[in-house]
Amino acid sequence: MFAFAFVLVPLYDVFCEITGLNGKVTGTSTLSEESLAISEQRELLVQFITRNNESMPWHFKSEKSQMRVVTGNQYDAIFVFHNKTDKAMVGQVIPSVSPGRGADYFHKTECFCFDQQYLAAGERIELPVRFIVDPALPKEIGSLSLGYTLFDITDRIDATKEVAKL
Amino acid sequence: MSTVVETHDHEGHHGPAKGLTRWLFTTNHKDIGTLYLWLSFTMLFVGGAMAMVIRAELFQPGLQIVQPEFFNQMTTNHGLIMVFGVIMPAFVGFANWMIPMQIGAPDMALPRLNNLSFWLLPMAFGILVSTLFMPEGGPNFGWTFYAPLSTTYAPSTVNFFIFSVHIMGISSILGSINIITTIFNMRAPGMTLMKMPLFVWGWLITAYLLIAVMPVLAGVVTMMLMDINFGTSFFNAAGGGDPVLFQHVFWFFGHPEVYIMILPAFGIVSHIIETFSRKPIFGYSSMVYAMASIAILSFVVWAHHMFTVGMPLAGELFFMYATMLIAIPTGVKVFNWVATMFRGSISFETPMLFAIAFVALFTIGGFSGLMLAIVPADFQYHDTYFVVAHFHYVLVPGSLFALIAGAYYWLPKWTGNMYDETLGKLHFWLTFISVNITFFPMHFVGLAGMPRRYPDYALQFADFNMLISMGAFLFGVTQLLFLFIVIKTIRGGKKATSEVWEGTRDLGLEWTLDSPPPHHTFTVQPQVK
Repeated sequence: MFAFAFVLVPLYDVFCEITGLNGKVTGTSTLSEESLAISEQRELLVQFITRNNESMPWHFKSEKSQMRVVTGNQYDAIFVFHNKTDKAMVGQVIPSVSPGRGADYFHKTECFCFDQQYLAAGERIELPVRFIVDPALPKEIGSLSLGYTLFDITDRIDATKEVAKL
Repeated sequence: MSTVVETHDHEGHHGPAKGLTRWLFTTNHKDIGTLYLWLSFTMLFVGGAMAMVIRAELFQPGLQIVQPEFFNQMTTNHGLIMVFGVIMPAFVGFANWMIPMQIGAPDMALPRLNNLSFWLLPMAFGILVSTLFMPEGGPNFGWTFYAPLSTTYAPSTVNFFIFSVHIMGISSILGSINIITTIFNMRAPGMTLMKMPLFVWGWLITAYLLIAVMPVLAGVVTMMLMDINFGTSFFNAAGGGDPVLFQHVFWFFGHPEVYIMILPAFGIVSHIIETFSRKPIFGYSSMVYAMASIAILSFVVWAHHMFTVGMPLAGELFFMYATMLIAIPTGVKVFNWVATMFRGSISFETPMLFAIAFVALFTIGGFSGLMLAIVPADFQYHDTYFVVAHFHYVLVPGSLFALIAGAYYWLPKWTGNMYDETLGKLHFWLTFISVNITFFPMHFVGLAGMPRRYPDYALQFADFNMLISMGAFLFGVTQLLFLFIVIKTIRGGKKATSEVWEGTRDLGLEWTLDSPPPHHTFTVQPQVK
């Protein structure tokens, strides 16, 4: 049962997949066969929300706060990152899609959230999110919100480097 | 075999060892039961003192007596001590005293393991309470210690807290192994499972629950330890983890834990109501099946503590329905207790008063539990004083009353002296009245929106809070009367017969023994018809 506590971590993933309940916050990066076969397209609104966790000092904003998109087509959304401090830092963005039921249907083929972001002191960059909204998105969902939370992981990276040196 | 028996009888004449080493090294179930009971009685006053600090601060709006940082340590440790240091050890103390006597066994199956199980606890609580005196202060994140408050934002004393929880868990697991082994292997011939006393059944089921879920608690505090000290991200979103994982794993332990705290109480209450109604318990087998159903169901309802975290609707509905289901076997038990009393020849000695109060007030606690089970309603009740009212009703006039009732019921057996009935009744009425003054208004302030774990509150809650605090002070002081009664009984009183109460000879094997029983009992197995 002690191991069971730890095994719960992957078990939840399995449970989400089997039941389709999927409280997961993001979908897969590619469309399924069935979805590719759907030729019917519909329009919906995709909104972008950015937030910084606690005291993360970077400027982190989306260029556009929302986009009207069509299912099945690929779109780019640009996000601006600016390290306003005088120290090099590392950030990690964690995504979340709302409503939860829609998360499965939001496919990010390319995203800065896949990687850690290193920014030198004062550095500013613009990074894209490339996404496709699945044509199989349920009719009841008229808009999707893509929320990004930016975490400061500089300390964790430093700590890992220390451990790696050993 | 008979040669062994004779040697035993000779040894019995020597009696227990003298002095401090008797208690340090004892392997005797009666001594160990006594140790657990005194530990839990002491912790009752420690945890109770913390509650008095809480209620003193909440007596009036504003911050008068303690800083919020210390207030949070009080709420956290009050919960931890009452759950792990009072209710659980007290029931284990009853188990140690009563299970061998009730099944006709000479002792527990693993007596030395029994000693270890007890002595781990003062160590664990010493570590826990000592953190309150450390510079950074003790645990301040609630007894449910959610991450990241208990990981990223915790004082460094959290590591002592984790160590303490591990030790308590080991104690419970070892004790439960002992109990299950004893019950399965050492029952007197003729005592089939369905002839066992209900207290023994209650503990058999509880022991399985403990073995199943204490390791999960150990798992979650180990994950915490790793997140705090070894850079893992179980509960840290930045590293790909999730704070909600903590809540799932904790409550997977936490929900069965609250049934662990009530099932032995159900057993005790069944015995007392049967005795003082002078009528066999109504529906013995349904009582057993009900306890087993409650235990099994308790594994699949944990997320009702987390309705507000953002679960998918289907998940919330499942947990809502499963939680409401538990009311059914519980209701069976309540109706059976009432049916036992119906047309019985009832007398209202102190144990019976506490047992009847248990049935009525635990049911009220159950009703507020049902209200909390309704998902949309819970969105309003969650983290308010309504929840505090609910669990205090099921734990105080629930578990604690059953413990007190059991103490009055079996003290004459343990000590050989009757307790003072007038004082006992006084203790009951003061407790009953103060418990209701303390906890009933919490329903109202909770429904009106007062949040829990807050050192201060909005002005509209002031009157009820003052009333609650006054009830709490009376309740606290009244338990000093209980301490007085217990000590008075130990020191002397009207001599008790082996039967103690009318007509108990056929109700259980413990009533065939002397009061107090010799240090070693049932060295020869009794036969049960």
